[in-house]
Amino acid sequence: MTLIDIEGVKKIYDLGAEKIHALDGVSLKIERGEYIAIMGPSGSGKSTIMNILGCLDTPTSGSYYFEGEEVSKMDDNQLAGIRNQKIGFVFQTFNLLPRISSLQNVELPLIYGGVSLESRRERAELVLERVGLADRMNHKPNELSGGQRQRVAVARALANEPSIILADEPTGNLDSKTGEEIMVLFNQIHEAGNTIILVTHEEYIAENAHRIIRLHDGLIASDEVVRMHTMN
Amino acid sequence: MIEYFNSFMIAVESLTKQKLRSALTLIGIVIGVASIIGIMTTMEAIQTYMEKSLSVLGSTVFQVQKTPFMNVGPSDRHKYQNRKDIKIEHADAIRDRAKKVANVGAEDWTYGRVIRYKKKSTEPVYLVSGATPEWSPNNGYYVDVGRFLTQLDVDYSRFVMVIGTEVVEDLFPFIYPIGETVKFEGRNFEVVGIIEEQGSEMGQSRNNMLVIPITVYQKIYGKEGSINITISAKSSELLNGAIDEIITIMRAVRKVAPGEDNDFEIFNSESLIAFWNDMSRNLKIGSILISFISLMVAGIGIMNIMMVSVTERTKEIGIRKALGARKKHILTQFLIEAVLLSLTGGLIGVILGVLLGNVVASLMNLSIAIPWFWVVVGLIFCSFVGIASGFWPALKASRLDPIESLRFE
Repeated sequence: MTLIDIEGVKKIYDLGAEKIHALDGVSLKIERGEYIAIMGPSGSGKSTIMNILGCLDTPTSGSYYFEGEEVSKMDDNQLAGIRNQKIGFVFQTFNLLPRISSLQNVELPLIYGGVSLESRRERAELVLERVGLADRMNHKPNELSGGQRQRVAVARALANEPSIILADEPTGNLDSKTGEEIMVLFNQIHEAGNTIILVTHEEYIAENAHRIIRLHDGLIASDEVVRMHTMN
Repeated sequence: MIEYFNSFMIAVESLTKQKLRSALTLIGIVIGVASIIGIMTTMEAIQTYMEKSLSVLGSTVFQVQKTPFMNVGPSDRHKYQNRKDIKIEHADAIRDRAKKVANVGAEDWTYGRVIRYKKKSTEPVYLVSGATPEWSPNNGYYVDVGRFLTQLDVDYSRFVMVIGTEVVEDLFPFIYPIGETVKFEGRNFEVVGIIEEQGSEMGQSRNNMLVIPITVYQKIYGKEGSINITISAKSSELLNGAIDEIITIMRAVRKVAPGEDNDFEIFNSESLIAFWNDMSRNLKIGSILISFISLMVAGIGIMNIMMVSVTERTKEIGIRKALGARKKHILTQFLIEAVLLSLTGGLIGVILGVLLGNVVASLMNLSIAIPWFWVVVGLIFCSFVGIASGFWPALKASRLDPIESLRFE
């Protein structure tokens, strides 16, 4: 089943004097269960496509269907709803709220999803156990190592059982050993049936994925399946 | 509902993390609310006292004086001063002619005099009263030991004196005072009675007083000037009839032409309460204005701090939006924060105000009061200030672009 279907997507930033074509007509289909890496040098449109796929931004032109729904015409609140229910973000800088515990951080998307206090506590504890942080639930981010922080962020991304996990340079702020541990976690999550899109400029990180899409100057330069994915 | 509860918890959390800043922001609100609640508390205490004590004085008693209880303005003062004085003869005329009255007394007062007995002397006496026998029932002060002044004392200008218990303590700690001779204003007086012990009034003891016949009083202080006539109606039903009767008699005796205004004032406990209410209304309006201004200023302070808070937490807002927070979630989070801030200030202000007001009240020996109406009004207004000053920053926060906010460092 097609999860994401974008067709002729352009994103043009109007800076007054000049117009920047961050995306210049990108078409892409992503199936459920895929494990994709999006690569490209800076300025290639990586972040822009990430923002559009993540429903943080809408394309200037072209269409974007997410599970058959057209999101390119949605307003801010509808986009917030899609982000909350369908998308789990993992950021390079973790982006945890510093003053609250791991558990409370993981609960955040559940709060905005309107999940009751009891069941969201239960679910948050469950996903934290899944990422191996059962004993760190009440620690605040500054009491955790970088790897542990990123695990909290992954748990948070999983909390609402989203259709897709969007990870933007998830190992960019970690040493290589910790980065590898995080990639093992992603591989496990993928094996459990989740769809994952990684944005990265590191070849060895991208190698975990089954399909690598390379962007260049706002266009798809290559799109190759490097490994047959076992999931359907 | 869950979302709002959470917004509330988030707001509490972020305010307690910034204790000093929150506290400084609160000061304006605290001052605004404390001043209005403090004044209202004192007013309420005074009002309760006034109503109680004036009704004790008797709802049948009223007074005739040359000038009103308090002068209103300089132009009026001139008008009142040019009136003919009120004399003992007027009281006599009323006593002779009025049918609906029980007691008619003539009295005059002065303050701060000293009585001596042998080598002892008193503190300056709070109240020196020149009186007729009716002074006792009309003012509600009764003699405990000895006797009060009689008509004969007045008619023959006898140098006799009735004293309060504090004077007794000062001059006669070990001696039975009745029959003793004291020196007052350079003359000898015989002590004939002691007034029963009284409570104190607005911080002033009412036991530090003396009463002498009004005829003697005028010998000492002169016949010039106006006296007071105190009158009690036979019953409270007869009060208004008695007042009309006295007005008629006074106009006739003082030869006021028909159609002209009375050249004297009549008032009783009700009109004193009315006067008090009038005066306190102006005080209340004044304090409401001051509070209103300080709350407005405080509101601007809250708006400012909320603006700073929104800017500082741009990243947090971006994260929340990425996780699916809608505009209303962010809006309520910051609105609740602003309201909580001003309501906390309001509550502290209420507590401080009630404490302060009651300290003032207890200094005046008044009983404790809490102006519930103003407490509620104050808190509602604080919420309103919170909403009004928090709305713009909250709206700004809710409209932030998630991508740019996430990039914010």
